[in-house]
Amino acid sequence: MSFLTILRRRLGFLILVVIGVSLITFAISHMIPGDPARLIAGDRASDAAVAAIRQKLGLDRPLYVQYGLYIAGFVQGDLGTSIRTGRPVAEDIIAFFPATLELVIAALMLSVLLGVPLGVASAVWRDRPIDHAVRSFAVIGISTPAFWLGLIVLLLFYGRLGWLPSGGAIDPLISPPAHYTGFDLVDAVIAGNAAALVSVVKHLILPAATLGFVHVGIVARQIRSAMLDQLGEDYVRTARAGGLSRSRVVLRHALPNAMIPSVTVLGLAFGDLLYGAVLTETVFAWPGMGNYVVASIQALDFPAVMGFTVVVSFAYVLVNLLVDLAYIVLDPRIKEIG
Amino acid sequence: MTGLSGVPEGVPQIRRGIGAIDWHRLTWQMRRSPLAVVGLVIIILVLIAIVVVPAWLPIDPNRINLRARLAGPSWVHWFGTDEVGRDILARVLHGGRISVGVGVFVVVVSASLGTMIGGLSGILGGWLDTLVMRLMDVVLAVPSLVLTMALAAALGPSLWNAMLAIALVRIPVYVRLARGQTLVIREADYVKAARVFRATPLQILRWHVAPNILSPILVQATLDLGAAMLMAAALSFIGLGAQPPAAEWGAMIAAGRNYILDQWWYSAFPGGAILLTAVGFNLLGDGLRDIIDPRQKARS
Repeated sequence: MSFLTILRRRLGFLILVVIGVSLITFAISHMIPGDPARLIAGDRASDAAVAAIRQKLGLDRPLYVQYGLYIAGFVQGDLGTSIRTGRPVAEDIIAFFPATLELVIAALMLSVLLGVPLGVASAVWRDRPIDHAVRSFAVIGISTPAFWLGLIVLLLFYGRLGWLPSGGAIDPLISPPAHYTGFDLVDAVIAGNAAALVSVVKHLILPAATLGFVHVGIVARQIRSAMLDQLGEDYVRTARAGGLSRSRVVLRHALPNAMIPSVTVLGLAFGDLLYGAVLTETVFAWPGMGNYVVASIQALDFPAVMGFTVVVSFAYVLVNLLVDLAYIVLDPRIKEIG
Repeated sequence: MTGLSGVPEGVPQIRRGIGAIDWHRLTWQMRRSPLAVVGLVIIILVLIAIVVVPAWLPIDPNRINLRARLAGPSWVHWFGTDEVGRDILARVLHGGRISVGVGVFVVVVSASLGTMIGGLSGILGGWLDTLVMRLMDVVLAVPSLVLTMALAAALGPSLWNAMLAIALVRIPVYVRLARGQTLVIREADYVKAARVFRATPLQILRWHVAPNILSPILVQATLDLGAAMLMAAALSFIGLGAQPPAAEWGAMIAAGRNYILDQWWYSAFPGGAILLTAVGFNLLGDGLRDIIDPRQKARS
């Protein structure tokens, strides 16, 4: 199967997912008990005012027309207007997205930097104490409520030790770097603002560690299983027999091959982290999408919640598509097997 | 010498297919999987603690004692007290009934509905099967917590709605699993024979397919118990699940959040309870998977 065929098929699925998710969120937002027009107008508004809002929002039209309008708007980047902030949902999401992405990338890097060595060690010393320790750690990781872990590290590193700040993305007393990219970390580097950079990094550590914790174990598990597959291969034995040192065979020969199937897991992890960020952000008052969506849920702001759902789902499927394509590029055998 | 089901050993048991549960083998192999045993022991201890102990515990989880507000752990209150002097230990134990109950409810609902849909879809095949599977693919392509949150938010904040939302979003996992297994069994001679005798799809599902696909479903369900519990706690934490003053673990963590720096025990113990219970379910689920599907063991 050629690269293009796979690409076409996956793009088809992407479109199917977007239609499916928009249908689901549309259905959900019409399931809400109560009248959105009444919600916007407020309790004391007259019936005429409510009817006017209903007409303005198109809520008096048949459902399929409403869905058509919703899709037409979505294609043009219009996700509706947030009831809580009064701004377009798309604008809100764009404003909050960089902070979330920054957090997710930091957590992802952390889980790879810790998870890969742990996974390799676990595979090389299979059934030894280190292997048991890594596997137990992985089970504990997937069993930990992330929001609770956030509170506990907050208690330790802010409350007891006072090493790190309690929340937010940057110290309010430090003037934030100018907005070049919207990513505080990158902006601070570009601006050459050392004080801001230190503050941003300090604020990033606890949320990123909390969010990444769960995935260290997941990455380690994946690497371990892929490494065990590779270490059982003939080429490993041949390389050892040819006189290469054990560490060289493991790190130079087996590990790169084990990394390839693990790329898929990274794509899935990205999605998990993206929504895991919702909880972590609330704990650390991180100014990202998660905080935004939780505040929206509490304010019954459905356009915002639904917009968030569609955008995150889209991003998730898109990232997994890219990861699958990377997988094909990295492993030439896939093309033949199809 | 007879086996567990009363059938003399050596006589092939016709109903037992690839995925049927072999209790005899299961109990024997459990002994060789120390982690699964640890998981099982944790689950049994947790169940005793939340089902049996509260019955004769002298403390009422909702008794307010304003003189002992936010007291730290002591001999009187092992886990301390909350802002109105309620005993945290009593609330954790009572709350466990809700939290574990939510997990069990969600898994039972999603596993049985998912198995039925997936099994029927696999038996019937055709365009219906394609439609169902595409729908499931779409739902599975969406991050589950996001969809669950949106659904729970639309239904309105209550524990019941949160449970419903979690269960609905978990269904596709079982649909896919059950369908995959069904497709294999569908081709077996005894199923073809049943078709010849005009068995309805539901009869085939009940008598020929379900008994044979039970064990992978059971493994998935065990692993899901922990995940469902965590998700329910997460929804409660952001205000979509159990509402105060209900003693549910997630809601308790949320309530104790404002006291975390000075009264750590308020949030720490309910969270520890979730962690312990989820570890139990995950260890047991991993162990069962190793036993039932030995090919996985080499890899995991």
